[in-house]
This record gives sequence, structure tokens and C-alpha cells, in this order.
Amino acid sequence: MPWTREQMAERAAAELADGWYVNLGIGIPTLVANYIGDKDITLQSENGMLGMGPFPYEGEEDPDLINAGKQTITELSRTAYFDSATSFGMIRGGKIACAILGAMEVAENGDLANWMIPGKLVKGMGGAMDLVAGVKRVVVVMDHQNKAGESKLLKECTLPLTGAGVVDRIITNLGVLDVVEGGLRIVETAPEVSEDALRAATEATIV
Amino acid sequence: MQKIHDTAEAALDGLLRDDMLIAAGGFGLCGIPELLLDAIRKSGVRDLTFASNNAGVDDFGIGILLASKQVKKMMSSYVGENAEFMRQFLDGELEVEFNPQGTLAERMRAGGAGIPGFYTKTGVGTQIAEGKEHKEFEGPDGSTETYILERGIFADLAIVKAWKADDTGNLVFRKTARNFNVPAAMCGKVCVAEVEEIVPRGSLDPDTIHLPGVYVHRLVQGDHEKRIEQRTTRKKEAA
Repeated sequence: MPWTREQMAERAAAELADGWYVNLGIGIPTLVANYIGDKDITLQSENGMLGMGPFPYEGEEDPDLINAGKQTITELSRTAYFDSATSFGMIRGGKIACAILGAMEVAENGDLANWMIPGKLVKGMGGAMDLVAGVKRVVVVMDHQNKAGESKLLKECTLPLTGAGVVDRIITNLGVLDVVEGGLRIVETAPEVSEDALRAATEATIV
Repeated sequence: MQKIHDTAEAALDGLLRDDMLIAAGGFGLCGIPELLLDAIRKSGVRDLTFASNNAGVDDFGIGILLASKQVKKMMSSYVGENAEFMRQFLDGELEVEFNPQGTLAERMRAGGAGIPGFYTKTGVGTQIAEGKEHKEFEGPDGSTETYILERGIFADLAIVKAWKADDTGNLVFRKTARNFNVPAAMCGKVCVAEVEEIVPRGSLDPDTIHLPGVYVHRLVQGDHEKRIEQRTTRKKEAA
């Protein structure tokens, strides 16, 4: 059975190691925070915070305390605040160990597209280009296929890139793949998903 | 020098003109200079270029200046929450220069720090890099990588929002409302700050000033709506 959104998030949480500073993107990546467990992980929010806490209790929302998705959140005993230039200094400077992001397309060479559909969707890249260029390890979490059933893991991206050759690992509803020399390598498959089924659902070269 | 003004209009007096570049602080609707934006709308100046991470929503933040057609160009990283922005952009009425968020912040910081350009890895191999100088440097891990040249921003005016100020313009921000306010303030030839409270000189701990008053030329205190864009909560567990 393919993984659900929650199971993909749980699988992504297994990527994180004790002591890491981590940035989680919007969508399924946000759910990863629910599966960190006892690991000593500090979440960065690129609008200017290390040590991001859970959503506040109703009535305790603070308009001065939001995450990069503009959602109200809380602080922790370890929290530090800083300005946007400092925030991206630590991202660009390689101080953040891992970013977990969503994607529209990933190519077999690690190219990532997740910010723009020309003529249609023009929201902007936010901090995604800085994150993929600066953090040590980039993990993409996304559905394996789009709503039309077409592979989102491609030989080449068709959409404008967020970063060139930046993705290290892809976690989809069908399995886990690494970007390696010559294409993608299957790391594992979701329960009851065969390697053949995963290959059949993938346009990118699997080595 | 007297920095404190009674109203946002008075704090902006003589500073506004058509076709100017304004750097604005804030992230989403958090920490935006809402009183100064409203005063700019009332002034009627047009053809403005804003360096601002976001463009507000339809009826709040920079959105109110989009609705009144006073904005010619946005330099932003993310504008997804504003339907009027999208309409004007897709209809070609509004020019948009997308900047990666960290590049935008650093362009402001650099401008304020007297640095006209810097090289960054962000955006290499994407459409952001098109037309920009590429140069190879040895990176932090010793390997040679390609970087692109980005320009510092020198804004005609910076408008920011802080939590507290003293009369000399020393500013303290609160939680994630600091965001772009610090780099935006730095890159303005003139910076006007609106604050929730102006406190007596000497009552801010000098070790906890987030932005020294040298960057802040005018101040106004006022009441802020501080609208929440995405109200997310969790349930209290039953006792």
C-alpha cells in the first residue's frame, strides 16, 4: 500500500539525526514535526526563529509569533529570534543540517522545481531557493505522480527551477529514492509496492 | 534632533514623491508598518516601487496601495496571498521582480552597510541568475563553485514597525515581528519607524537594542491592528 501523507511525514522524520537544526517547508513537510519524538531537533523558521514550538492553544495566538507559512505558533525554552538577514545568513552559511521541502517536479540529476507555473501560478519562491542552495542536505517529500497520473520524477524538469542539482533524497507515497550518478536509486519501497510498480510510475532513469 | 512625530502623516511629511523606491519591513502581515502604509495611501503618491518580502492581502498592508493603483513595481519573494496583486501582475499592470527571500534580505542589509554588490550561490542555474555576472570562488568546504552577483538595495525611504523605541530611535522588536524590519531600515536613505510604545530615554537596556537609533530618523507611536493571516491552534488535552 502506498504511504499516506502522515506516513510520508513519519518516514521523512526518520531522516533527522540528534542535534540537527532543520527547516521544514509548507505542506506535508510541516507534518514531519509531529514525528520527531525524543530526538533533539531544533526547527528553524526562516522568518526569524530557531526553536519553533507547536500551534498555540485557542485564545493564546500572538500576531507577533508566526512561522514561515504565516501560521500562529509558539516558542520553546530554547527559542531564539533574529532578523531575516541573519536567518538567511545561517541558511546560506551551511549551518542548517537539513531542509525538507515539497516539490512540483524533481529531475534525475537533482534539479528541483517548486515555485512557479508560467502564466498561471506566480506566488514566488519565498525562501526555497536560498534553502536548497545553502543547507547541507535537501530532502523532498511529495506525491510520486500528479493528479493526472504523470510521474513527478522526471528526466528533466519542465517548470522553472528552484535549484540545479540540489536534491539529495526523495520520499514519495511509493518509496524512497536517492539522487546518484546517472539517475535515481531506489532506497526502499512503501509496503506492498513492488520495485517494478515504482519503476513503472517513474519517468526518471532508475539505476 | 527631535525624531518623534504625532502622526504617521507628519512623520512622512516632505519625504514622499512619485516614482520612489520604498523598502518596507514585515513578513506576511507580521510586523508590517501598517500606519505608514495607510498614510502613504492617503498622500496619493504614485508609481511607487516597493522592496518588501510580501505584498500584504487585498485590504491590508501593501495590498491597500495595490488596490489604489499607487504601486508600479514590487521587489518581493512571495506574493501568494493577494488576489488583486495576481490580477494586476497577470494583466501586465504591475511589474514584479522576484527575489529569493534571503537574497532580498541580504540586498537590503548590504545596501545599508555600504556594500553595492555581493556574490551568492542562491539561484545559480535558475531564471533568477539570467543576465547576472557569474564567478567561480572557492567555497567554505574548499571546492570551487559558481556564484552570482547580486546588488545592494539603496532605498529612497524605509518604513518599518517596531515594538518599542526610545526618543533617540533605538528600536526593540518583538518575537518574529523583527523579520525584514532590520535590513529594510538599514537600506533607507531616510527611515521612518512606527512603534507600539515610545519609552523614556534610559529605560531600554542598551544590551538588548535590536536596531540602533543611527538608522532611524523619524518615529511615530500608534495603535496597531496586528492582523493574523493564518490563525492555527491546537486543542487543550482533557485534564
